[in-house]
Amino acid sequence: MPSLAFKIIEGTRSAGQSIFAHGFRSFLTTLGIIIGVASVIAVVSVVQGFSASISQEFDGMGTNVINIDSYTPRKARLQGVNAKLSYDDFLEIKHRVKGISNVTPTVRVWGPNAVISYRGQSADTMVIGTASTYQKLYTVYPDFGRFFNSSDDKSRRRVAVLGPSILNKVDIKGDPIGQYLSVSGEWFKIIGIAEKRGKLLGFDQDDFILLPYSTTRALLGGADEPDISISLQVDDMQNMGQIKQHLKNLLRRNHKLNKETADDFKIATADQMLDTFNQIIGSTTLVLGGIVGISLLVGGIGIMNIMLVSVTERTREIGIQKALGATRFDILLQFLIEAVFLCLLGGLIGLLLGFGAGSLISTVTDLPAATVPMWAVVLSFGFSAGIGLIFGIIPASKAANLDPIDALRYE
Amino acid sequence: MNPAEIIIELRSIAKHYMMGSEGFYALNGIDLDIYLNDYIAIVGSSGSGKSTLMNLLGCLDYPTDGEYRLKGTNVATLDENSLAGIRNREIGFIFQNFNLLPRASALQNVMQPLIYRGVPIDERKQRAQEALSMVGLQDRMDHVPNQLSGGQRQRVAIARALVTKPAILLADEPTGNLDSSTTVEIMALFDQLHNDGQTLIIVTHEQEIADRCRRVITLKDGRLISDATNSQTVISKAKRAGSNA
Repeated sequence: MPSLAFKIIEGTRSAGQSIFAHGFRSFLTTLGIIIGVASVIAVVSVVQGFSASISQEFDGMGTNVINIDSYTPRKARLQGVNAKLSYDDFLEIKHRVKGISNVTPTVRVWGPNAVISYRGQSADTMVIGTASTYQKLYTVYPDFGRFFNSSDDKSRRRVAVLGPSILNKVDIKGDPIGQYLSVSGEWFKIIGIAEKRGKLLGFDQDDFILLPYSTTRALLGGADEPDISISLQVDDMQNMGQIKQHLKNLLRRNHKLNKETADDFKIATADQMLDTFNQIIGSTTLVLGGIVGISLLVGGIGIMNIMLVSVTERTREIGIQKALGATRFDILLQFLIEAVFLCLLGGLIGLLLGFGAGSLISTVTDLPAATVPMWAVVLSFGFSAGIGLIFGIIPASKAANLDPIDALRYE
Repeated sequence: MNPAEIIIELRSIAKHYMMGSEGFYALNGIDLDIYLNDYIAIVGSSGSGKSTLMNLLGCLDYPTDGEYRLKGTNVATLDENSLAGIRNREIGFIFQNFNLLPRASALQNVMQPLIYRGVPIDERKQRAQEALSMVGLQDRMDHVPNQLSGGQRQRVAIARALVTKPAILLADEPTGNLDSSTTVEIMALFDQLHNDGQTLIIVTHEQEIADRCRRVITLKDGRLISDATNSQTVISKAKRAGSNA
């Protein structure tokens, strides 16, 4: 008796011959699988590429960073309540909480207060007012010039670090360092140009101007204290929980919140944000995967249909093979291998097309480079083979169970 | 070679079919011994049970009753897989309509039965080439069936039947689809195989063919009505001539 390996090799040989003998039909048969796998891979590669680039962003932030933002529940916001983090909160945290460093207040300004102009040219941007510690927290390094230091902040110096995109918005002649440009009507000296970070989801990460916090505060005027974000670094990760609790208690006391009232701020760590983000990516992948999974299923049904037709068409051949000594198992294996072969072929073509499509999408749009993770490759091949097996088994057993005499007589 | 060696023994073989609510016997009480190097024609009118007997002898079907011993093994009791093995090893089929695999070349067609025996590809190719040379088709090995004439197709089928060196060659109306000159060619090939010691069983309704065989078995209504030795056949004369020489 021939071994199973021998039978599989012979089955594959015969499947290959049969598939290539009907090239066009095989292509149409497997088209469902091709499209299915191609869409899975295209979607996954884009989402994964996006996710990888986001993770990189978070890596730059460091896992020991805590961000505190004000938080107003939707219901309260509708009632006109706006929670706020104040500079006092920042000072309290800075002086009261132990085991932390680089406590940084940040205020972001858009709109009419964030218009820059230079020799008659003007442009909108985002003004970020922050402390010198911002540089250490977010690892922002100037490509040219320097970052502002604590004395710039203390003495409210009018100095600015530009995001590199600003240079595209206004045409600054010669070396920008040392030149002046106006922000909201006030003159600032350019002391540094930050390094380029590129675009994320079409959002330009280099379109900003960094000013010392106190200077920004003065720029905004004294009418209303702005809502700030507070970022800080935990010196020892082991104290993370404790410090978060301490921050929470301190802010609650500062904001005079009673026991029944919920926090009017959110304390988030880089890890938490990454987790949340990964959850979103994960569920997006799952949903999209489910949708394209359905197309694979439809592809599988197409394969089964054609295989059933093929069994009927080849009834006589099956009869001949049985007369020549093929067992039920030989015939079953032959048709099963043919179905799996077709599906895997479709999977391979789909994989290449999908990756091509993903790369094209990333190139044409501003999305990060597409990456195909190994699991997606294994999964789509596994899924293709599985579909071949599942949808091949019915035609294959139909073929295997044919009576040789009837099959030989079949016209 | 011992000419009296028994290859096939049929004892009280019956095959019963149900047609709707009525049953009938396609074969009933067949007793038959077939010896090594027998050259048998099975004749009978349509519906006499020729094809049923052929299917039973070819191990494509089970008898309803009786005993079928092939080289001592009672094949009536074997399971389907063992029967497939017997077909592969002991039986070479030749059909009226050739039954070649349409997309496979002559060589691939002849190699086919060796696949089920687990013969590696190189040996398979070599044996198939030998078999095709034996039937005079060494120049047509790469042709697919529809590039071959009827006679050539039947030769491919004969090569395919012979490549496994079967105990018996079963031919079902082998010349039914051939013109008269090709029929003569194919019959000459059968004669030669018989001379080489092959056991042949041919189902036919052509008297000419039956006349060339050494034994003629006649069926009627599922019963064996005559089993005659054909002393006047060309082949017997040839054999006698051969033994006298």
